[in-house]
Amino acid sequence: MTYLSAAPPLLVRDARIAFGERLVARDLTLEFPAGRTTCLLGRSGVGKTSLLRWLAGLLPDAPRAQPVAYMAQSDLLLPWLSVLDNVLLGYRLRGDRVALAAAEARARILLAEVGLADRLDDRPAQLSGGMRQRAALARTLCEDRPVVLMDEPFAHLDAVTRLELQDLAARLLAGRTAVLVTHDPLEALRVGHQIRVLSGSPFIAGPAIEPVGVVPRDPADPALLGLHARLVAELRGLAP
Amino acid sequence: MRPLITAIGLLLGWEALVWATGVPSYILPPPSRVLTVLIERSDLLVAEAAWTATEMVVGLLLGLVLGGTLAIVFAASAGWRRWALPLVIVSQAIPVIAIAPLLVMWLGYGMASKVAMAALVIFFPVVSTLYDGLRRTNEGWLDLARTMDASPRAVLLQIRLPAALPAFASGARIAAAVAPIGAVIGEWVGASAGLGYLMTLSLARGQTPLAFAALVVLCLLGLALYYATDWAARVLVPWQSQGE
Repeated sequence: MTYLSAAPPLLVRDARIAFGERLVARDLTLEFPAGRTTCLLGRSGVGKTSLLRWLAGLLPDAPRAQPVAYMAQSDLLLPWLSVLDNVLLGYRLRGDRVALAAAEARARILLAEVGLADRLDDRPAQLSGGMRQRAALARTLCEDRPVVLMDEPFAHLDAVTRLELQDLAARLLAGRTAVLVTHDPLEALRVGHQIRVLSGSPFIAGPAIEPVGVVPRDPADPALLGLHARLVAELRGLAP
Repeated sequence: MRPLITAIGLLLGWEALVWATGVPSYILPPPSRVLTVLIERSDLLVAEAAWTATEMVVGLLLGLVLGGTLAIVFAASAGWRRWALPLVIVSQAIPVIAIAPLLVMWLGYGMASKVAMAALVIFFPVVSTLYDGLRRTNEGWLDLARTMDASPRAVLLQIRLPAALPAFASGARIAAAVAPIGAVIGEWVGASAGLGYLMTLSLARGQTPLAFAALVVLCLLGLALYYATDWAARVLVPWQSQGE
């Protein structure tokens, strides 16, 4: 399912991002191209999550530029709602009955696409970790926002489940402007149309890396593995 | 099984103690005598128990509703929190037993003063557990709701309140355990019916075995109230605290 209207690019100009006392970035200018997935790669603590939260309008005094759909590391499914109602959470919270009724069909299609068509009425506690994260992915996409922000969404999953979810996410994010934060170079190479390495304090974003091939890329592709080695070397050379 | 054996052992020891010392029954009745009274006077005990049980249950429900409402008001409004929350906390310094005669004076010897007493005793645990639960919502859920443009009202009713229900359930369990205290204190101070009334009356008349029988029934009532509440909490709030 692609985004219903054309996704805009996401622009950051001369931004100053602070997290508490700490200055995470200053004079930051970044462009996330329209309808593409950009992966922000960096070591732990560099400020990736702060940037994403800033983009989402979740940092104090930082109104967001436009509506976003946000997916965090944990699935954040509400344990008292069914899987279907969790996917429709945004519509339920906004209390617009007409939009909620209209979105239900979309939610069902999305849940079918993530392989949860027969688990609509289950509670999150009845699902495995991978299923829960797939439900969270469906909830994020059901929001139908022009920009999707994802904060290490697959970090807690086992290796095989992670690969499956990367495939799924890359397929379902087609046509949307997405920003995915990760510390895993392979994940960035698999799902990102574009990769930016963040380093330093306050951080700066490295030049855009655009691997060839369509996403999701095959993890066994030799070209990909070459790039992977390069990115790992680059990350290792950076101060944590 | 083991606690049961311990209990039987204690009862046998008690029986033996009374038999060996020859202490009169109006001072310390043996368990066998209490059991006889339980059976012989069961009509009276059941009637008084029904009265007390009604006081406890109505008091519990009233306290849960009032305490729950106030906790939600505190969570929703900073103004109420600032003006009234300290007062609620300070009010706990007043020993409830000291207010009991006043309640009886105002509300009479009937059921109302005992219901008010029970509600008063459980009010604070209910307010504080639910209010605490409402304040400790998973930050991730709140962030998610913020990106979804949820109104504070929607966040309160659809996220913070259901997330706080496990805490409220703990409050309700505590309340169920202490509600009998309120009802019985009310009956001791002044009543015309109920197990507490029966206890004071029979003690005054030297019918100590009957007082003990009333006490046994009171224990059973308290246990029944606690387990019924616990069961209801588990059925109505099957999810546990915050999760991830």
